[in-house]
Amino acid sequence: MPSICFYFQVHQPYRAKKYSVFNVGNDHDYFESPEDRLSNEKIFHKVAEKSYLPTNKVILGLLNKHPEMKVSYSLSGVFIEQAEKFNPEVLDSFKRLVDTGRAELLEETYHHSLSFLYSKDEFKRQVKLHRDKIKEHFGVEPKVFRNTELIYNNDLAKEIEEMGYQGIIAEGADHILGWRSPNFVYKPKGAKNLKLLLKNYKLSDDIAFRFSNKGWSDHPLTAEKFSNWVNDHHGNGHLINLFMDYETFGEHQWESTGIFDFLSHLPEYVLRHPDNSFVTPSEAIAQYQHFDELDYPHFVSWADTERDLSAWLSNSIQKDAAQKLYSLEKDIMAYGDDRLIEDWRKMQTSDHFYYMCTKYFSDGDVHKYFNPYETPYEAFITYMNILSDIRHRLDDCKKVNKAPTSKKVVKKTSPKKTGAKKSVSKKS
Amino acid sequence: MEGKSDYPRWINFFMIKKITKLKKSILSTTNGVGSRVKQLKKKVVKSVSPKKVSLSQKIPKVDKQRKVLMFGWELPPYNSGGLGVACYELAEAMSKQNSKITFVLPSKYDKSVPFMDVTHADSAKTNGQQEQSVTDSNIKIQTVRSNLSPYLNETSYMEQYSQTERHYECSRGNCQYGETLIDEVYRYGEAAAEVAQKENFEIIHAHDWLSFPAGIKAKEVSHKPLVVHVHALEYDRSHEGGVNAQICAIERSGMQAADKIIAVSGYTKQRIVDYYGISAEKIEVVHNGINISNKPTKKLTLKSIKSGGKKMVLFVGRITYQKGVDYLIEAAAKALKINKKLVFMIVGSGDMSHQIINQAANHAISDKVFFPGFLRGEELSKIYGSADLYVMPSVSEPFGLVALEALSHKVPVIVSKQSGASEVIMHSLKVDFWDTDELANKIVAVIENPSLADSLSKNGHKEALNCTWDCAAKKCINVYDQLLSASSF
Repeated sequence: MPSICFYFQVHQPYRAKKYSVFNVGNDHDYFESPEDRLSNEKIFHKVAEKSYLPTNKVILGLLNKHPEMKVSYSLSGVFIEQAEKFNPEVLDSFKRLVDTGRAELLEETYHHSLSFLYSKDEFKRQVKLHRDKIKEHFGVEPKVFRNTELIYNNDLAKEIEEMGYQGIIAEGADHILGWRSPNFVYKPKGAKNLKLLLKNYKLSDDIAFRFSNKGWSDHPLTAEKFSNWVNDHHGNGHLINLFMDYETFGEHQWESTGIFDFLSHLPEYVLRHPDNSFVTPSEAIAQYQHFDELDYPHFVSWADTERDLSAWLSNSIQKDAAQKLYSLEKDIMAYGDDRLIEDWRKMQTSDHFYYMCTKYFSDGDVHKYFNPYETPYEAFITYMNILSDIRHRLDDCKKVNKAPTSKKVVKKTSPKKTGAKKSVSKKS
Repeated sequence: MEGKSDYPRWINFFMIKKITKLKKSILSTTNGVGSRVKQLKKKVVKSVSPKKVSLSQKIPKVDKQRKVLMFGWELPPYNSGGLGVACYELAEAMSKQNSKITFVLPSKYDKSVPFMDVTHADSAKTNGQQEQSVTDSNIKIQTVRSNLSPYLNETSYMEQYSQTERHYECSRGNCQYGETLIDEVYRYGEAAAEVAQKENFEIIHAHDWLSFPAGIKAKEVSHKPLVVHVHALEYDRSHEGGVNAQICAIERSGMQAADKIIAVSGYTKQRIVDYYGISAEKIEVVHNGINISNKPTKKLTLKSIKSGGKKMVLFVGRITYQKGVDYLIEAAAKALKINKKLVFMIVGSGDMSHQIINQAANHAISDKVFFPGFLRGEELSKIYGSADLYVMPSVSEPFGLVALEALSHKVPVIVSKQSGASEVIMHSLKVDFWDTDELANKIVAVIENPSLADSLSKNGHKEALNCTWDCAAKKCINVYDQLLSASSF
């Protein structure tokens, strides 16, 4: 009975180069680093070679081999942009997948941002930018939405329904589900028709995190073993949502761990059981009635064991940086030129805040592995210096363009600041 | 299973087995941060009340007492630097963990440390065999009359030697000091060996090069294992060109004669390997600690200097080549171009004081840099209480207790990467001492972003609370036990 629903997150941030206070006012190229560890181009090529290209090849092979096979992707706008610039072959390989008609694309914010937490206007603008980008390259219009890092609550669901989407994706968090299973379609609290798909984190993380862990009692994980676990769900659910970062294949789990071999054989073993199948998110939504209504009063994400916002917004430097960034919104939108707006938006990508996380800093852990900066503090200092430069540029724009495009804009900065503060304390 | 089960109802019986297994594995995977949270919580609890859980209570009573002959250099309050504090605190913490310590140190005065009631071991006049119990019954202080003190070099020793002659007329009395520093170190070594013959001990522990000849002598006469404790190296104290070859030779001979070397940091360990050719396996790292009171103390501040929204950047230490104050002044000049509200407070004295004052004048920032000289007590507390940032720009700093001291006052710190402290304080900003642009960048960042200062201060303070002498003592005792159980002694 269970249908497997794959959704893979594909994203690369624009990492900011090391940027000192002495660069402020002189240097506006924030994202072109001479250092390898912060070079977006070099990182993109590395991940493309290790993960995107080989995995797309495997998936295309599977789609050709098994007519039942289906997948879905969410490609961030900043990922697509970097693919265009650095490695168009990566983009072409995704197009070939979408062209099969069995690889669905999901919607997200273009800049993989936390904008929903700070500004609904900016959030909507970024969703629109993403929609346009997807249409431009793939000729499709996504029907299902996933927010950055699966950050989700009732408010978001309401907004997304109003924006016309049919479904939304979230983490199947234990504290929300209680006795219920993530293996059904749900309805967000307060929604009319919007449906909610929940990540089965246990089975997803078996692949994404535990696959190569030799200390795990189920190591090594084979396609056969995994499909048996899927079979265990007969009579227990409609679908199993396996949601994970696409870089799991080849980058987080290296080729030598056997991850590609696992992926290549998984559909074959899953399909050995006649009741098993694959679905895309929009098919799942069309196919299954909602099982129950779920209430997510607080934000839930797919990050860390806390499954909350703490990976991006738990310490004072993260909150400060985010607040200062979004406090510029009105002026940037009123006076900023295209390049300034774009740079400001690139600074919204959630990864910047993740790099500033000090949660397990002393212990050294997964955050460190994904942090190209030496310490969270280095990330913060670079970030704040860039914001200073953005403010300088904004002042220059104001001098040139004295008449704001919007009449609502007030020149003084103080009321805006308090406004931004309010929205932060309310939501985070 | 209903009601009591940890699992949602939708999980069937067969899955429970699997999930139980999974639970374990989740904890051990990269994403399994749960266990870390627990560890972290434990740490925090410990750090809030380190005094309550005395390690001596944890040590089983059956534990064998270790008798230690320790050669040190100075003791508070008559200390000129961190070494005296470190030796004293370590000895005290070890004594609580069932170690009996005879602490031998040079002293040029007959009456020395008031609260310790010290006896001179080698003095016929004072019947050197008197044993005096000190604050703790497990520590006995023995002094050996000598003209030595830490941080001396040949020139300053000579100056001091002639002064001593004048003031105490020692040369005509019965205490004959060596005419040069090196002579005196060896003379002291011989005298210390006499102590070794009379004392009952199982292990010898010598702190820094001045006491290494004494440690070696003591090992020769007693055939007991020798541990040398490296707090600082000649290569830390001097320019590479100005390194004193005789001192290096003493350091090397101490390290070679030792059965085990304790280094105060991984940084120092690496330098011992690189500069002295000692095998890394012979060296254990024991980071220093700090005793921070948990009691909320009244924060003393200096209001005048901070008027008009001034922000104070602080340095405390000897003004010498090793401490890198010249790099701080360079960075100060750069940072002041960006933020005019900064003031720099350089507390301490040393052979580079005049150079540093001139340097500030040459940059035309003399009005922003203050040199109050050497301070202690309430005055120093006031300075710490007013500081917005502490900078330790050392060229080479084996440990750098002063960084922990600043954190104990909740002052955020920037430390040089060439320091041991940078290994233990994650919540500090780190720079290469020579990178004055980067130092200025970070000074400005801390001053202009209160959230950054706040995070560094709060988290750094917690980390400093975890650096206890009890922890250091425990590691030293482990080193002893390894040596004693090796049975060759």
